Amino acid sequence: MQKPVKRGSGMGISWYNPRVRSIAYQAGVLAAVIAVVWFFTATAQENLERLNISTGFGFLDTTAGFGIIQTLIPYTEQSSYGRAFLVGLLNTLSVAVIGIVLATMLGFVVGVARLSRNWLVAKIAAVYVEVMRNIPLLLQLFFWYFAVLRPLPGPADSIEALPGVFLSNRGLILPDPVLDAGAGLFFSALAVAIVAGYVLVRWARARQRATGRLFPALRVTAALIVVLPLLAWAVGGTPFHLEYATRGAFDFSGGVRLLPEFVALVLGLTLYTAAFIGEIVRAGIQSVDRGQAEAAAALGLKDSTTLRLVVVPQALRLIVPPLTSQILNLTKNSSLAVAIAYPDLVAVFAGTVLNQTGQAIEVIAITMAVYLTLSLATSLAMNWYNARIAFRER
Amino acid sequence: MRNPVAALLLGILIGAGGLYFMLPYDAAAVLSGRAEVAVSAGGAVPDVDRAGAGETLQRIKRRGFLHCGVSQGLAGFSSPDERGRWSGIDVDYCRAIAAAIFGDGEKVRFRPLSAKDRFTALQSGEVDILSRNTTWTMSRDTQLGFDFAGVIYYDGQAFMVRKDSGITNARQLAGATICTQTGTTTELNLADYFRGRGLEYRVLSFEKNDEAISAYDQGRCDGYTTDASGLYAERLKMQRPEDNIVLPEIISKEPLGPVVRQGDPQWADIARWTLSALLNAEELGITSENIEEMRESENPLVRRLLGAEGSYGASVGLGPDWVIDIVRAVGNYGEIFERNVGVDTPLGIERGLNALWTDGGVMYAPPIR
Repeated sequence: MQKPVKRGSGMGISWYNPRVRSIAYQAGVLAAVIAVVWFFTATAQENLERLNISTGFGFLDTTAGFGIIQTLIPYTEQSSYGRAFLVGLLNTLSVAVIGIVLATMLGFVVGVARLSRNWLVAKIAAVYVEVMRNIPLLLQLFFWYFAVLRPLPGPADSIEALPGVFLSNRGLILPDPVLDAGAGLFFSALAVAIVAGYVLVRWARARQRATGRLFPALRVTAALIVVLPLLAWAVGGTPFHLEYATRGAFDFSGGVRLLPEFVALVLGLTLYTAAFIGEIVRAGIQSVDRGQAEAAAALGLKDSTTLRLVVVPQALRLIVPPLTSQILNLTKNSSLAVAIAYPDLVAVFAGTVLNQTGQAIEVIAITMAVYLTLSLATSLAMNWYNARIAFRER
Repeated sequence: MRNPVAALLLGILIGAGGLYFMLPYDAAAVLSGRAEVAVSAGGAVPDVDRAGAGETLQRIKRRGFLHCGVSQGLAGFSSPDERGRWSGIDVDYCRAIAAAIFGDGEKVRFRPLSAKDRFTALQSGEVDILSRNTTWTMSRDTQLGFDFAGVIYYDGQAFMVRKDSGITNARQLAGATICTQTGTTTELNLADYFRGRGLEYRVLSFEKNDEAISAYDQGRCDGYTTDASGLYAERLKMQRPEDNIVLPEIISKEPLGPVVRQGDPQWADIARWTLSALLNAEELGITSENIEEMRESENPLVRRLLGAEGSYGASVGLGPDWVIDIVRAVGNYGEIFERNVGVDTPLGIERGLNALWTDGGVMYAPPIR
């Protein structure tokens, strides 16, 4: 192992040469890692053959034969295990994405609230953080699922919160929007309004930088986003109508359904993660030197403007890296879904599919690879964002 | 690491270790003194030799007790009482094996397994035998590396609904939400049943059976499905058992039986013939009460079963008194059935299909001769 390294180094081949030593160590470590991986793979292979357990990934094309209660893509019992995998993956992703968005928003609110000069607001935020982050997530999920959502009345006596919105132990049933003739015009108007708003905001910012004159870009944008689609509605006719769920013998049919399992999972993940994000945001804001806010105040900026333009941009540099790990945590924690029967990737694929095919190694390997890929992709995106907002010396 | 000598040694050690593992199998064997084995086997160690016929039995004897995988609590099949003592058909079967091996039905430790984890637990050797109301299917028998030892209970899947729903047969369940346990044949039969009839349904699959039951009991689902025997057992756990009814349709065949790993034929034989011995004992009228008198019997069938003639125990690595020990410990199949699920128990299940073939059932054990 040592010889080729020494010969190849081309300079002093003494052990006192740090280059030679470092290459030798690294080669050794690499060899050890390869050996360990090889050893485990070979052992597993040998044992599986000996025990007559099927191997390989052919099972992904086999008919799954079981039903899943929430599918975002068309899926029937005749679909393959591969399709079931996609269904589980999308269920995981939907919980993760919704949870991340909600937790980040709530976390920012909580973090800012903790620093509020209003005693009550600050204390409420503090109690929220301490309660939420000190109770295990699994217990919180159980609380939301078993204690809050389960005792809701059955579909026959469901609570009709708004016309067409039913709350029962079968979930939250919302009316289903069905597109009409006016939809094209309506949504193009909306898109135009958003693009125009974006351009307007950029223009206003550039102008302010150049001349110092303010333009109420955000308010105008909001007005655009409301008015343009309404105009389109008036011209092109109704963009969509709501199809209400109807009550059948057992349950509602039609409508959009949010399962109690889904709601409990999103609630639990959001509230739990938001507590941590709140602390991260608070730490980030407190890390900004008080002089910055005082200077802004001396210039006559309002509190909200100070926060938005002076404090938060500087705080973000400290907030983003730990925020990334909270986002990763939320994604990974979504696998607790299995405890409350939400059909996520772990429940569907590493649960039912594993049990039916018996191919534990392949299924677990795929599942782990999925979480690894999700995490790495999230990290990559957050690192890119972090680099963009990083402090640039001018 | 400042010391160059230590660094050198470490480097050599790691490098050599890496090389050793990267060598082809034979070479590594030669180096480590396993040469004879490798050479005599023509370069590859044969599978059977490594799996070792009889290895499981030896390991159990060395350990001093049997590891038996059971359910997490299914009345009549395997459930612990308040003092933690397990009882049920599946439990008694494991006690029978322990009695056959050690002459003592108590030398067994029960490991509760979820439906989802049970196969992995058996594959990995965590348990020696899986006696956990498990349905014998072709895919489980052929693809998971298992052998089924036979059928200990002929079951079939059925539905339970609330009485006040007004449902009297399974076809009326169109559009209903059904609770079940994940990783079971139940989940698949349910899908088959509704799919075959073009009926809509929603399935909510829980990891644990108790969770599925409580979800149904609290109204999250309109129906609950599992094997009929399980329905009667689970109904006892409900807030008001009498408010729930089991629908008459049996929608599947569920032959439940004990499972062992493939690759140790002797162990599979012990599992199979312990079950047969229980059934043969009932057929021949041998019970835990009359076993001592039966030892004196002149009936050649009884004499062979009880080891007075032939050496059937020895042929599977057990003692000559193996059946006597089994019957002393747990009785015959009929006694086990009546004690755990029979008409005098809270479950109150008739023998039905599980009666002996001589009594109109389908329990038919191959003869011991």
